[in-house]
This record gives sequence, C-alpha cells and structure tokens, in this order.
Amino acid sequence: MMVRISLTVNGRPVTAEVEPRWPLVEFLRDHLRLTGTHVGCDTSQCGACTVHVDGVAMRSCTLFAVQADGAQVTTIEGVARDGKLHPLQAAFQEHHALQCGFCTPGMIMSALDMIRREPALSEAIIRHNLEGNICRCTGYYNIVKAIAAAEKATRALAENPSA
Amino acid sequence: MYPFAYHRPKSLAEASELLAADEDTKLLAGGMSLVPVMRHRLARPAALIDLADIAELAAIGSKDGKLWIGAMATHFAVSRSALVQAQIPALAKLAGGIGDPLVRNRGTIGGSLAHNDPAACYPSAVLGLAATIHTSVRAIPADDFIVDSFETALAPGEIITGVSFPRPEAAAYVKFANLSSRFSIVGVFLARSGGEIRVSITGAGRHAFRASALEAALGANFTPEAARAVTVSATDLLADIHASAEYRAHLIPELTARAVVQCLTPDPA
Repeated sequence: MMVRISLTVNGRPVTAEVEPRWPLVEFLRDHLRLTGTHVGCDTSQCGACTVHVDGVAMRSCTLFAVQADGAQVTTIEGVARDGKLHPLQAAFQEHHALQCGFCTPGMIMSALDMIRREPALSEAIIRHNLEGNICRCTGYYNIVKAIAAAEKATRALAENPSA
Repeated sequence: MYPFAYHRPKSLAEASELLAADEDTKLLAGGMSLVPVMRHRLARPAALIDLADIAELAAIGSKDGKLWIGAMATHFAVSRSALVQAQIPALAKLAGGIGDPLVRNRGTIGGSLAHNDPAACYPSAVLGLAATIHTSVRAIPADDFIVDSFETALAPGEIITGVSFPRPEAAAYVKFANLSSRFSIVGVFLARSGGEIRVSITGAGRHAFRASALEAALGANFTPEAARAVTVSATDLLADIHASAEYRAHLIPELTARAVVQCLTPDPA
C-alpha cells in the first residue's frame, strides 16, 4: 500500500508515494538520488546514514520515510551553500579527516548536531558525541581535530547564515 | 522487511481506538528497538501506530509532588532537562549514557520500558526509584511492571503515557557498559529515601531485578564496604560473549559499592 508524503529535503519541497516499510535512507538514495547519505551497516550501529530531521541528527536506516512526512530533512548535500563548502567540510579536507570517506557524511552530520547541542566542545566531548559514528579506517584522531578546528566558524555561520 | 500499515494519530484517544482495532498492531515511539527488529524480520506487525504527533506525551514536569516524564520524552530531553537534573540527577545521568547521541535524540523512556530489554538502563531506574508507570488505563508500580525478559505487565491495548518518580534523598546509577552498544553488562541503580534502600540490577539477569541482600546490607550500614561484603550467586545470571555469570556476580556488589560512594559524595555542581 502506497502512502503519499510531503516533506522538505535540503530546502526543496518533495511529494512522493512511498511504502510505509521504506527506510528514509532508501527513499533519499533510491528515490531522490541523494546518494551522499551512505548505508554502512544498515542495522542501526555505524552512523554512516546520519541525516537531520527537523534539525536533529538521526540514523535514516532506523526511521521510515513515512515518519518524516511533514518534516524538514537535511542531508550532506544540503550542507554546502552556493558552491562553497561548509566550514566543517573544509576542515575535514584540511585536517585529512577522511581516508576512504565512507563514514564522512555521517560524521559531518553528527558533528553539526553536536555543535548545535553542546554549549562548548572539548576533545572529550567530541569523542563522547561521536560514539554513534564508526570509522573503520580508524581515523578518529583527525576527525576529532577537524571538528574542534571548525567549531568557531560553524557557530558563526549558524548565527548568521547569510555571512 | 514485511509490509505494514502506518497510522499517526493526533490524540491518545485516537491511538487507543486504532490499537484496540487490531491485535497485530504495534505502537511506535522512537523506534530505536522496534525498527531494527522489524528490519531483521524478527517482528511482523500488521500496522504501526506512531505516537510522534501526540505532543502531550513528551512533557516533562511536576505532578502531585513527583517528577513526571512523559512516555515520548527522548533520552536527550531527559538528560538535559533542568528539572530532572535538579530533582534526580542520577536519572539525567542515566539518560545521557544510553546508547549514543543518535539513539538519545530519538529513543524514549516509554519505548524503552515497554520493550523491557534485559540490558536496558531505564528498567533499573524505575525499580530503584519506586516509580509508577502510568498508562491510558491505570497506574502500575514499577515492582509489578517488569515481568520477564521483554515482558511487562502491559495489557493489549494499553499505552504508556508517562512515568512518575518520587524524589529520593540520594541516588546513583553505575553502569559497566558494553563498549559497542552501551547496553549494560551490569548496571546498578541505588536509591536511598528515608530509611529505605533500593538496589536494582539490569543487564545481569533475564530482566531488571532488585537485589534484596544488598538492600539489607546497605540498610544496616550504608558504606561501600558493606556492599562489597555481600556475595552474589552466579546461578540464574546471564552468561554471554561479553561476560560470564561469575563475572556479572562479581560486578554487582562492586558497582553497588561505587554507587554508594557517589551517593555519599556531594554533587560538585
């Protein structure tokens, strides 16, 4: 049985017919062709499929697309603005925070969420907040470094998106 | 995954009606356990009733002199609630240590209690704090709520609306966590109120349970030494790749002793 849903994805309105059993990640990747969101474990463990739903990070493999009906969804494709990398993306590049890159979209979506949630970051707070995201290249050291380096610019951008 | 019908009612009454209509229907809260179980084809509900749009279910506040946490309050909301932090800091800390941030952003107290995973954190908190689980039908004391592994006193058609917690004088939760899932290998919730000591254990048995020998020992002498002097039998405790039953039996008094230390140490904040 198909169900009609309407949501906003990366600022664009989307209306589609979905089966209730479709995970959000399947809808994003196969239907909207937003393949930046990765499927790693597909069993609620690795965090590669992390997206924001109404501004809050969650695993899109553990959420049905119908649950996002009416919501604002942001994927990694919606993070850069006007062809310019988000400070977190730039910091990941600068600090060599990706090796194979598979976990990177989820890492960046989680990093954005932790900067929104935590009043201030420290190495310990960053590591605690990355517990839901697994990097099998084990490149955590540089990921932590990149997030710390981008914190200030990310907060400034969140306060003044047009700057 | 098997197909199912999806409902998202706007009120508790509407949800109750939908739930009564079909016995193969399941309630969907945060979905942090149910969705993976369905994706593994271990559950095949004919329909899901998503409680996300019933805003009143997510409230955190005070009710009749007790702390009230709505069934749909997320672990993150509980962990950062100023009211929870002020009234029962151990409960805020427990919520902040469940799973990982992505689980805490979505998982709920009502969902966790209804699922009643033997290694979940919340079942030990409701037992230790002598909480009451409120449903669309009645109020259930925590001691009666937890029945067995993944089994509760909830009847078909009953919906958890919230949990009320009396405020203890002191409480602490100490978890020896599985480093991957953050579920407890053993978790101990200790609460002291007046003369009453309650010690509840999660992760170690078929379901969360109270440790009466530790409660008696600490009732007589509220010190870490008194907890460590108690011997816990490994019979009936879980054994798996993470820990043997004997290891869990060893952890129970040790973690209880650490919880006593936390209760005796004034909060730095």
